[in-house]
Amino acid sequence: MAEYTLVEAVQLALSHAMEHDERVVVLGEDVGIDGGVFRATEGLWQRFGGDRVRDTPLSEAAIAGISVGLAAQGFRPVAEIQFMGFVYPAIDQMVNHASRLRTRTRGRLSCPMVLRAPYGGGIRAPEHHSESTEAMFAHIPGLRVVVPSSPRKAYGLLLAAIADPDPVVFLEPKRIYRSVKESVDDTGEALPLDRSFILREGTDLSIVTWGAMTVEALAAAEQLAAEGVSAEVVDTATLKPLDVDGIVASVEKTGRCVVVHEAAKTCGVGAEIAAIIMEHGFLSLLAPVQRVTGYDTVMPLPRLESHYLPDAPRIVDAAHRSLSYS
Amino acid sequence: MSELPLNQEATDEVAHFRVRRECFLDAEGAVHGELPAFAQDRDAVVELYRAMLATRTFDEKAVALQRTGRLGTFASSLGQEAVGVGVASAMQPDDVLVPSFRDQGAQLWRGVTMEELLLYWGGDERGSDFAGPREDFPVSIPVASHVLHAAGIALAFKLRGERRSAVCLFGDGATSKGDFYEALNLAGVWSLPAVFVVNNNHWAISVPRVAQSAAATLAQKAIAAGMEGVQVDGNDVFAVRHVVEAALARADAGPTLIEALTYRLGDHTTADDASRYRDDAEVSGHWKQEPVARLKRYLTEHFSWTKREEEALLQSGRARVEAAARGYLETEPLPATAMFEHLYEELPAGFDAQRSEVVARVTHGGRERG
Repeated sequence: MAEYTLVEAVQLALSHAMEHDERVVVLGEDVGIDGGVFRATEGLWQRFGGDRVRDTPLSEAAIAGISVGLAAQGFRPVAEIQFMGFVYPAIDQMVNHASRLRTRTRGRLSCPMVLRAPYGGGIRAPEHHSESTEAMFAHIPGLRVVVPSSPRKAYGLLLAAIADPDPVVFLEPKRIYRSVKESVDDTGEALPLDRSFILREGTDLSIVTWGAMTVEALAAAEQLAAEGVSAEVVDTATLKPLDVDGIVASVEKTGRCVVVHEAAKTCGVGAEIAAIIMEHGFLSLLAPVQRVTGYDTVMPLPRLESHYLPDAPRIVDAAHRSLSYS
Repeated sequence: MSELPLNQEATDEVAHFRVRRECFLDAEGAVHGELPAFAQDRDAVVELYRAMLATRTFDEKAVALQRTGRLGTFASSLGQEAVGVGVASAMQPDDVLVPSFRDQGAQLWRGVTMEELLLYWGGDERGSDFAGPREDFPVSIPVASHVLHAAGIALAFKLRGERRSAVCLFGDGATSKGDFYEALNLAGVWSLPAVFVVNNNHWAISVPRVAQSAAATLAQKAIAAGMEGVQVDGNDVFAVRHVVEAALARADAGPTLIEALTYRLGDHTTADDASRYRDDAEVSGHWKQEPVARLKRYLTEHFSWTKREEEALLQSGRARVEAAARGYLETEPLPATAMFEHLYEELPAGFDAQRSEVVARVTHGGRERG
């Protein structure tokens, strides 16, 4: 079975979807002959032509807005926003239109579109290129927000997102775009949306996270194992809607939870997860839920970003805080 | 070294543009130029007149319902009936209309029912589940963001090789927004089969057209997008229909921007009081140019339109509006759980608790909120 990086798996999923569903069109800035600034659409333009793989004028509002029109007409647009820091002009379309077209027409029109964007820090990128503002989208009724954490997840979840009859914001952790290769079977098999995945089983503590932070969480779990602490790592994968049952089941088993995300702390998705655990798993808790997140500061430029981004030592510290409640 | 060619270039004109205005029927109902064929066909003209009159009657009723607490905030199209009717009458049924919130004239012509419109403005999503034009978009309350949807729909037609067009209506205020420019730019560069119509009623709530843009016309905004821009007397239904027909006829070669000059004789919405920011004298001046009386004069002079015909038309329009109002008022609200029904095609499992709470409150907590 061939091995792929995460970004190659994105390309593989797009290829598969375009090959098997003529309604799928890819659009965005530089997605055509250039194959996307991260090469996520590499070779698609050559293979499927400029009608289905369209370089748009430089306008994020237009990329999202025409996707709404295309989707309402029965196409399955997969729109690329070059970096999450540039997604904000598209938010109007996602919030005011894509997310509610089905509701406001009682199902007469719908919006099966995917808005893809690389997100997150850790690659020493310029200003505005490293943000993690997934919570903005996760707050919006009618949207799905999906974050893959590995090549296989990227492949399966992107296929699911494209096949989904409703709008999906698909955020790709660019820090791990090329960090690992994994075998991916190009069978077109989608992974379920709205479901979390256990990346490592454990009994003493749950680390709940997504995207690139799964790497840090797994490293932290390894360190904790050396101390004799069995940490379970839960990859939420879909942030909207969250897999409440999956997250709560893990915490009910371990009694302790550390939520990790690189987005700023206040009103981050971690706050929602902590609240869900309070609502559904309170009596299982042996310690308050700990949060390890980016700080409530502006994402610093690359020289300081490693101080901003959560890493394994910070997660281990949080685990220790949790374990100190006995 | 470069001074000479630069100076040379500066004195040379590299591009030249013009914007023309179309008008057949002036404010007095006098005819200018050669009328298009439909304007010489009595039945066709009566149909336009019937639709404009019905739109006005509908608006009156909707405002009355709002004033008596039976409808939500409503945006009347008083004085702008020729824009909506002119645009929609030029369209084919399988074209797609992407309307703004003051385009009931166009929607009614397209087959959206008065009852649906009242349901929508009365606060019921079923009002946008049109039984007639199933592919038409619901009205866009946010300004200008829907212009991009029209571009997307037009792209869908182009990709499928269908000879259909997307027609988008929006106001003069919308032309100040980026979405408008972004949609035009994209439609121009991709030669999309779209017609963009600015319903220039000269007021964006309290901000007049002259404070919206220093451009002499809004039609000329087409030029930067590489498409034709044309101005039309928006109170002349013949001219509106004619320019939209022409734009649709050449839509496979690319989009057109049409600026329809009209005037908002009413308030912005029922929540607005236009006397706070504009003079009665200005409004009464524009009453002399309004489109319904203009067309009636034409009908009378050219087709011997009679008082009896006028009365019959008014009566049937009123009856239609009253029947729609009754239908709307008699429509029971959806059950409270309806808000969950079309959120996603299939409601994710995580919603069970919230939905169950609503069910429990409705079942055990007494009255359902309407």
